[in-house]
Amino acid sequence: MKDLGGTLGTLAWFFALMSLFAIGGANSAVPEIHRFAVDVQHWMTDPQFSDIFGLAQLTPGPNVMVVTLIGYHVAGLAGALVATLAMCGPTCLLAFYVGRTFDRFRGASWQVALAGGLVPVTLGLTAASAVIVARAADDTWVAVGITVATALMTCWIRVNPLWIFAVAALLGLSGVV
Amino acid sequence: MNDVTPAPRATEPVAAAAAPPRPSLSELFIAYALISLYGFGGVLAWSRRMMVEERRWLTPEQFNEAYALCSFLPGPNIVNFSVIFGSRVRGPLGGLVALVGLLGPPMVLIVIIGALYAHYGDLPALRRALIGVTAAAAGLIMSTVAKMALPLFRNRAVGGPVIALATFGAIGIAQWPLPIVLAVVLPISLALALVRR
Repeated sequence: MKDLGGTLGTLAWFFALMSLFAIGGANSAVPEIHRFAVDVQHWMTDPQFSDIFGLAQLTPGPNVMVVTLIGYHVAGLAGALVATLAMCGPTCLLAFYVGRTFDRFRGASWQVALAGGLVPVTLGLTAASAVIVARAADDTWVAVGITVATALMTCWIRVNPLWIFAVAALLGLSGVV
Repeated sequence: MNDVTPAPRATEPVAAAAAPPRPSLSELFIAYALISLYGFGGVLAWSRRMMVEERRWLTPEQFNEAYALCSFLPGPNIVNFSVIFGSRVRGPLGGLVALVGLLGPPMVLIVIIGALYAHYGDLPALRRALIGVTAAAAGLIMSTVAKMALPLFRNRAVGGPVIALATFGAIGIAQWPLPIVLAVVLPISLALALVRR
């Protein structure tokens, strides 16, 4: 571990920059984060990066937690805090001001048109990401079954999805999937 | 496009029929902490469940609008959402409280897990469990998107559903590059919305 201050500084500017590319979610920036962390800075090996990404997915919370874990791996608690703040701070400020402006002009025609135009595109993108996630996850028929069963159950029955997740985790653990 | 109608005060979002309950700071914190702690495989599904179905702080339409805005802002989108919603109902402090509720608990959790990982190395058992959870999470996102799309398809205008399906087909099925798809679809969608107006 060389100069900690320098490492924290690198984490700060890098993730602040990455947050600007994370349009549509933190995961959009993951390929670039991978390149920088593994190939440029040699903070971790490729399998370590995969493990960190897997751990972040396994832990509940927003996808941005992968950034927290990378920061922790690189520079301990301070690294975790700096990386997360850098990834969220500037864009949160922007969101705050955009949100306020948006609310101030609630009902104005440009605003209604903007919202009306963005909503269908966002829905299409989110639906596409669901399919992409499913395609990556469902290598086996059991996995496909879990995806379909979860979608149907959470659509039609008022069941807490946590129970479904628990069953799915057990199926995974037992090696059926 | 120059009708600057005096907009209603920002802090009181116009509600359909009954005014939505306005959460207190502690209610905000608890709701976002729960969203983040339930949020296996992403927090979109859980934030809609909490905001729209359980607490009824937002109508399905309001949720879609705020989510769309957040998706096109840089940064993690539900993180942006928490700031925008929190500050809308309780000012800047509300935004901060919602943000800390969303990020604080999972940060503590993930640092503990990261420390365990550093000690015990690789985790084949956890990874196998993850395969099952990921498959379930994909299903949960699907049903969430289906629910989100309902207001769009109930609306009599055809433009919205066509745009949504075209975007979905181009990215999810044909797997065309995102920037190109957006460059084509976004202007058309905005123009349609402007005409409908």
